[in-house]
Amino acid sequence: MTTLTLAKALNEGLRRSMEDDSKVLVMGEDVGKLGGVFRVTDGLQKDFGEDRVIDTPLAESGIIGTAIGLALRGYRPVCEIQFDGFVFPAVNQIITQLAKMPLRSLGALKLPVVVRIPCGGGIGAVEHHSESPEAYFTHTAGLRVVACSNPADGYSMIQEAIRADDPIIFFEPKRRYWDKSEVDLTATGLPLDQARVARPGADITLLAYGPMVKTCLEAAAAAAEDGRDIEVIDLRSLNPLDMGMVAESVKRTGRCVVVHEAPVFTGYGAELAARITEQCFYHLESPVLRVGGFSTPYPPSRLEEYYLPDLDRVLDTVDRAFAY
Amino acid sequence: MTSDAPRGVDAPPELVQLLTPEGERVEHPDYDIELTDEEVRSLYRDLVLVRRIDLEAVALQRQGELGIWASLLGQEAAQIGSGRALTDADMAFPTYREHGVAWCRDVDPVRLLGLFRGVNHGGWDPAEHNFHLYTIVIGSQTLHAVGYAMGIQRDGAEAATIAYFGDGATSQGDVNESFIWASVFNAPVVFFCQNNQWAISEPLEKQSKIPLYKRASGFGFPGVRVDGNDVFACLAVTRKALQNAREGQGPTLIEAFTYRMGAHTTSDDPTRYRVADELEAWKLKDPIERLKAYLFKNQLADQEFFDKVDAEADALGKDVRRRCLELPDPEPEALFQHVYAAQHSLLDEERDQYLTYLAGFER
Repeated sequence: MTTLTLAKALNEGLRRSMEDDSKVLVMGEDVGKLGGVFRVTDGLQKDFGEDRVIDTPLAESGIIGTAIGLALRGYRPVCEIQFDGFVFPAVNQIITQLAKMPLRSLGALKLPVVVRIPCGGGIGAVEHHSESPEAYFTHTAGLRVVACSNPADGYSMIQEAIRADDPIIFFEPKRRYWDKSEVDLTATGLPLDQARVARPGADITLLAYGPMVKTCLEAAAAAAEDGRDIEVIDLRSLNPLDMGMVAESVKRTGRCVVVHEAPVFTGYGAELAARITEQCFYHLESPVLRVGGFSTPYPPSRLEEYYLPDLDRVLDTVDRAFAY
Repeated sequence: MTSDAPRGVDAPPELVQLLTPEGERVEHPDYDIELTDEEVRSLYRDLVLVRRIDLEAVALQRQGELGIWASLLGQEAAQIGSGRALTDADMAFPTYREHGVAWCRDVDPVRLLGLFRGVNHGGWDPAEHNFHLYTIVIGSQTLHAVGYAMGIQRDGAEAATIAYFGDGATSQGDVNESFIWASVFNAPVVFFCQNNQWAISEPLEKQSKIPLYKRASGFGFPGVRVDGNDVFACLAVTRKALQNAREGQGPTLIEAFTYRMGAHTTSDDPTRYRVADELEAWKLKDPIERLKAYLFKNQLADQEFFDKVDAEADALGKDVRRRCLELPDPEPEALFQHVYAAQHSLLDEERDQYLTYLAGFER
């Protein structure tokens, strides 16, 4: 076991993938000499060279578009989008090209491209540096969408994502980059499309992914002091969704709260609520409730503590679920 | 281009031309081409056959057998000239109008028709032909061509890519980003812009205030304007640009100056935005007629040859039509196929539920 930050765990995962497969490339803005603005690619260019760790021009559509071309030539590019809000210039390439080519070719083409996106708020940043755009991508057939929440998962999930033959949008919770935990560098992680019980519990299920897993675990720890036994599920994969684990948990606890930073309205939680209602209807003691961002643009940083779901808002919603 | 003459009728002075509209062979200081008589006849045959395929496809659309068709009429020389410049190892990235290039890459024309008939969204294996799938979002494929070229660089291979796009596409961000990428990475790519003067209803002036080939200099690589209705010049210019790319000299922008003689697609009505004189003037520059005149004048072919090619074209048209009509409609299950390379639980669930639902009607 080694103690690593999430950023370092991802770095180690990338390094191992590059060692294992010479076709793996890293590309993006400032990923080379600088090692990325969050240092996730630190030292990779020094060890693997400029042909494999590519500092690109500052154009996100260009990053994804050329990664597609490299993938067509047999490479496995891992693209870094510097911040969540900067992915939008690349959205055309992601949605109309990356996601659609396997179908367009009737399966002749595979596009093993990983698009890493540091996501979410909580770091006091300016506009476009704190967003949670996952629903745009989960709504797009042809993409797989995952979100890691902790160093051990970061280490294994990035390697799984690189090995996969489908395009993957890989969300990394940027405010958790510096959180440390134990990582077994010899372990093989869970399959990429499986959820994980982050904390077992009997009274209510919290569903979260990425940055909100930690918030939910803190909420569960606080609730335990009041004698409430909360189960926290880290979804890990948003598309596909490990509905089996979700349904099993909610049927057992009878209550469910979904937590994400993205706006609640037509957010990922809406899909979860609808599916749980359909599949667990006779087991539910209360409606599925959601905690998340408001129907506003992401606020200036002096307001983000009011916008982001925190321990109190999560527990308030848990209370509401029990009040039914 | 003068304001009172029909568009493009006064050939721009910087145009690379090896065969005049009258079928006269002319010299150019930078470009030359040596072809055997058989090769010249073969180019003529290609031009006639792809025009025939195109004509048949338009007819099929008019008869309700295709949803839409994007005609290449008038652009045959640009496509055959550039397409025949490619080696097997080179990789082409087309728009949705490159039926002539597809022909050069041995893609069965019926595959192209399948897309426009709606039986699939493409359906050929790009790696089998080194001809990528048709790309409908304007300009997106230029970045793919550059990325693929960067892969060629990393493989140390003797090959290049060619990115096809139109005059309208030059306004797209992706095309401009692809120029930047190709330039700074010195990627082995040729940008082949067919300037057919019209982006649906918008004339070139809506896209650029300077000749398109001159855009290249701002990005740091050479640009050249070629007579897009001259198959010799298109072949010579593309061949040289590809060779330069393969030898590590980086990208070239080729502007093939041509004319879209038909509508943008079968859904379009060009009489709403352009004058008939323009088309009449461009008919005098027809890419097939000038090569035919050259073959005749130089006694490289006789009437028997032309009749034979015409008969072959008719037979091809008939064959393409027959096989298009025989294309089976896909089964409903095809909805769910090839969306992902690996197994996907959500899709499996939706497919199973839907097929069960459909099976209910058969009881």
